[in-house]
Amino acid sequence: MSVDENSKNLEVSVWRGDASGGEYSHYTVPSYSNQTVLDVVSWIQQHCDATLTYRFACRVGMCGSCAMTVNGEPRWTCRTHVNKVIKGDKLTVAPLRNLPVIKDLAADMDPFFEKWVKAKGVHEPSASRHDPMVAVDPQSPQRMAASEGIECINCAVCYSACDTVAANPDYLGPAALQRAWTLVNDEKNKDANSVLDAVSQTGGCHSCHSHGSCTAYCPAELNPMKAVAGLKRTTAFKFLGKRR
Amino acid sequence: MIKPHRSHTLYGFFLLHRISGIALALFLPVHFTVLALAVSDPASLDSFLKLTDLAAVKIAETILVFLLAAHLFGGLRLMAMEWLPWTDWQKTLAAGSLALGLFTACLFLLQVI
Repeated sequence: MSVDENSKNLEVSVWRGDASGGEYSHYTVPSYSNQTVLDVVSWIQQHCDATLTYRFACRVGMCGSCAMTVNGEPRWTCRTHVNKVIKGDKLTVAPLRNLPVIKDLAADMDPFFEKWVKAKGVHEPSASRHDPMVAVDPQSPQRMAASEGIECINCAVCYSACDTVAANPDYLGPAALQRAWTLVNDEKNKDANSVLDAVSQTGGCHSCHSHGSCTAYCPAELNPMKAVAGLKRTTAFKFLGKRR
Repeated sequence: MIKPHRSHTLYGFFLLHRISGIALALFLPVHFTVLALAVSDPASLDSFLKLTDLAAVKIAETILVFLLAAHLFGGLRLMAMEWLPWTDWQKTLAAGSLALGLFTACLFLLQVI
């Protein structure tokens, strides 16, 4: 990286604390060209305070572990360039909203994944290795619906962006519901009806208010709102007696 | 102030739908109370309806018609989203529902001025 000759230092506020509370600490960070928010956080940890806690792994937008709240919006920090989100010369970095904080910028992902399980988001195969291979047409509408959400990287950006999650602790959230929609449409998943039953409960797909924040912020450009709408439609028709 | 994570198009339409719904819920009891005067006290109703000659009341009525129409067409958009096969142009549909709301309000305004 080279120092950006046209810019000054960045004034960065980073949330420091744990589950019991905390406050913003302020750092001055040199501005570089092609600098990501994760680069900024790493620079602070390496040059200012080695105790700063945050999470990352792949740095290329695949693992979904580096999501944080940047200037009030949930972002994958490894793929978010500072010059796209900075306001003036100020940058504010906080842990993801709607999740408990472990320490500093590291959010506790347990509630997020517990809701995946609650939404029956675990694939249950319909056949064993001893059964003949089932042919799947990749162009069938059902398979295409399943494939649309399968690239979710579990970053929880949608979960953090969602105001329904903030207002309703029981709400499963966009990622878990999108996973459920993927499995409902996956011919190799054993029991789609049990998934539909799971997402019809209190806090399921019908709690969604269609704000669209999940789709607006999904860094992988998936469409959880479409998946939730699909679940709403399918569960409603199932309730009215239409067989899948 | 709108928080940053809410500053996107469809959230704006959610707010419009929610605020128009609350406004209509507050308006309807007043509306029915005034209508009841037609039976209980026609003279009072006539004097009350004279208020509709005021420009400020006409503007308020136009805003009310806009809220009603925006809530109606916005609600139809949401029902279509949840009951019909998905379409990728949700923002266009939302903008269309807003346009229909404004069109209806303009039609009303032309009737009363």
